[in-house]
Amino acid sequence: MDIRTLNEFRTILGDRGCISSPEELHTYECDGLTNFRVMPRAVLLPISAEQVQAIVRICHRERIPFVARGSGTGLSGGALPVQNGIVISLARMNRILEIDFPNARAVVEPGVINLDVTGRVAPEEYFYAPDPSSQSVCSIGGNVAENSGGAHCLKYGFTTTHVLGLEVVLPEGSLIHLGGKTLDTPGYDLAGVFVGSEGTLGIATKIILRIVKRPECIRTLLAAFPSTNEAGAAVSGIIAAGMLPAAIEMMDNLAIQAAEAAVHPNYPNCGGLLLVELDGPVAEVESLMIHVDEICRSKGASEIRMAQSDAERALFWKGRKSAFAAVGRISPNYIVQDGVIPRTALPQVMDEIARLSQEAGLRVANVFHAGDGNLHPLVLYDRRIAGQEKAAEALSYKILELCIAAGGSITGEHGVGEEKKSMMSKMFAEPDLDTMQRVRCAFDPFHLSNPTKIFPRPRLCGETPGEYTPHPLENAGIAERF
Amino acid sequence: MNAPTKSESTVLHSALRYKLAALVGAENVRPASAADAVAGVQTKLVVSPGTETELAEILRLFNEAGFAVIPRGNGTKLGWGNPPSRADIILSTARLNKIIEHAWADLTVSVGAGCIVQQLQETLAQHGQRLAIDPLWPDKATVGGILSTNDSGALRLRFGALRDLIIGVTIALPDGTLASSGGRVVKNVAGYDLPKLITGAFGTLGVITRAVFRLHPLPHHSRSLSISTAQPKETEKCILAIQNSKLAHTSLQSHFSDETSPVSDILFEGTEAGLAAQESQLRNLVAPASVSEASSSAWTAREELWNFHDPQTTAIAKISILPANLASTIQRIDVSVRLHHLRWRTLIYATGIGWLRLVCQAPASGDTVERSRTAPVQLRGALQLLRTELENQGGSLVVLHAPEKMPAFDAWGDAGDALPLMKSVKHRLDPKNTLNPGRFVGGI
Repeated sequence: MDIRTLNEFRTILGDRGCISSPEELHTYECDGLTNFRVMPRAVLLPISAEQVQAIVRICHRERIPFVARGSGTGLSGGALPVQNGIVISLARMNRILEIDFPNARAVVEPGVINLDVTGRVAPEEYFYAPDPSSQSVCSIGGNVAENSGGAHCLKYGFTTTHVLGLEVVLPEGSLIHLGGKTLDTPGYDLAGVFVGSEGTLGIATKIILRIVKRPECIRTLLAAFPSTNEAGAAVSGIIAAGMLPAAIEMMDNLAIQAAEAAVHPNYPNCGGLLLVELDGPVAEVESLMIHVDEICRSKGASEIRMAQSDAERALFWKGRKSAFAAVGRISPNYIVQDGVIPRTALPQVMDEIARLSQEAGLRVANVFHAGDGNLHPLVLYDRRIAGQEKAAEALSYKILELCIAAGGSITGEHGVGEEKKSMMSKMFAEPDLDTMQRVRCAFDPFHLSNPTKIFPRPRLCGETPGEYTPHPLENAGIAERF
Repeated sequence: MNAPTKSESTVLHSALRYKLAALVGAENVRPASAADAVAGVQTKLVVSPGTETELAEILRLFNEAGFAVIPRGNGTKLGWGNPPSRADIILSTARLNKIIEHAWADLTVSVGAGCIVQQLQETLAQHGQRLAIDPLWPDKATVGGILSTNDSGALRLRFGALRDLIIGVTIALPDGTLASSGGRVVKNVAGYDLPKLITGAFGTLGVITRAVFRLHPLPHHSRSLSISTAQPKETEKCILAIQNSKLAHTSLQSHFSDETSPVSDILFEGTEAGLAAQESQLRNLVAPASVSEASSSAWTAREELWNFHDPQTTAIAKISILPANLASTIQRIDVSVRLHHLRWRTLIYATGIGWLRLVCQAPASGDTVERSRTAPVQLRGALQLLRTELENQGGSLVVLHAPEKMPAFDAWGDAGDALPLMKSVKHRLDPKNTLNPGRFVGGI
């Protein structure tokens, strides 16, 4: 990129909106996945969709790759800059534009912080359901890119369930609208494709969200088991009884120790800890909670506690939600993985993880969204010891291979990003990946939008897959018939 | 590439039929009959492959030969969408009807596209589970058909539409590629979400060969209640109050027509204790409106709309509105429809999705010939007016059934500024415009 182009960006955005000095650029060289770093050529901070459009048009003209970035909390390197590319930070586009309670919709800009949406609608007893653990700092735009989940997506669904419409700047600079405030807008569900596309299909500049009424009551139970196997059996029991809890979370002993050291949630010291949350009408929840209690006891729970107050409930969750950071208390470094398995494969996969951990001589702490089989194994290591980082990476990839072999996925909510793209060809066959890339070519034929992520090998879009035939109705001028 | 001329077509035809018979067995290839016409366009051949790879290979052959292919499940909704601009081959998924794996402990099912919905539900019910969707005609509709047409009913309020329930899909592309995306686990963000792209795509991008769904437990108990109101405004007030309450209802819908006062139905599912508590809360919430037990046909009301006498004087449309615009929408319908001397009846879910039936009144003279001549024009006028008004409010109106003689009228309406991108997606996956040509939005 030459100085002339940089100045062009500066003219659009002003000095405040354009960062190009090396010391300031360091902040942007990685996201929440810190073992990958690339220095961008510049970081641009637009304040409007028009500015995003102007920037992207220049990128398209000059063939400059760009990476959109929200709060930079992603855990798969999705916001990792591209060599000689620019980063477009949406942090300054952080206005909540509209709250429509009668229709339960919110319209926000991409830089709005997840928890701030709930903050704005809480007085009317609504909330925004997707709740990634980083929700106090992560942005809605980032959530859209990654299709973020969270503990409560077991019942409420993922980001994609709650995004009804998007305003998007496409990689060639046009501004379009996908979906809308009403459901089933005519045409392909491109909003459904865009959510979770990890910034590879364009940049969202406005997002229409669904907001949800708070349930009448929330009850949280904590149960201690001798090991994760008994805890897993209790989860299966709850599901088999026909219940759909708001959340079911599990932690193993090492994760419990870490949480205890960091935030003192006063968890029982046990081999497998279960957090079960039910919500809904009081009469419904109370009768089901008795049932959950019975199931846990029958599966060998040594201790069961019911949160007696909101404060106690918050403490139960604090231990769980801070588990990743807490592991920092018991290990200098760690890698978080995000594999998913069919829930029934849990005992066998846990045994295998234990075996691999022993083999590698590295500890693995386990935190799960047990209801939907989403594992977060944390591989602990010490970067200062020669070879440990490599060994830890190798172990974390082996765990993902286990997940694939069990019929699961390499990522449940963190995304493929830079980190796991080599694993994509183990999970998908070549035609599968090729089909996805054909869709990508429709959005971004020149591979400018976050071009190096998700796919192990980029597909060239230049070769047109056949000759274009205009539809007969197009020739006949269907427009006249409208 | 243009469609083959008649003589080319005949030559290709016999060569292809030979190949096809070798591939799927002669008994699974037959000449099309009048019943195999698609929205008035006569097809030539019906092919029913027995495996996914056979289907992909057949599709590739037809694509190479330049034939237009219409994928078909059981054909219950084959009339939806615009008439195809070309239609040569019916590619039937009827034989891909196996339930491949019901992983009941994991609450997922993998099923062939040709499986009848009711058969699937019966299998799932053996383990106390269901696919939480209530499509039209479940005893005839196939999994692939409801996916392609994005057919959802009253359960959508609680469980979402098919886009929210499908977790994996395998599709055959016109070039013969057989591609899977998503997976067999509920939570999965690896790669693009093509199950959502293919849901509601009307078979224009690829042929669905199998799908994987997340499942829900069947409820232990349920209770259906009806709320009677005098005016649409009062109905709207009740619906919005219920939606803004802490009731955990599963479904909520309202019926309106030009001859009856509005009735709303609400479905609760859960424990006996929970249902009793919610019923009493509901009564307090909607008072003074009266609450009574719902009729047994409440949740099949959508099918009831399709039970009409004369297809030549009836139109059915799917509408989408903002939920809070309920009363004003009813007023718009009433005004637009009366203006064109039609009768109307509608069912609108609390999600804002609704179903509208318009019927041409019999003229006072009883002249049925005259009626079948004027009805299509009147229906078209009302649909056009109503579509414009709904689109101005950010909504949409999609025509699902109209008299054959109705003057040309796009089934879909405005696809917005994303239409060029949609065409580009179509072109990348189906560059020769082989699949369902002309049936979808904007001529796709």
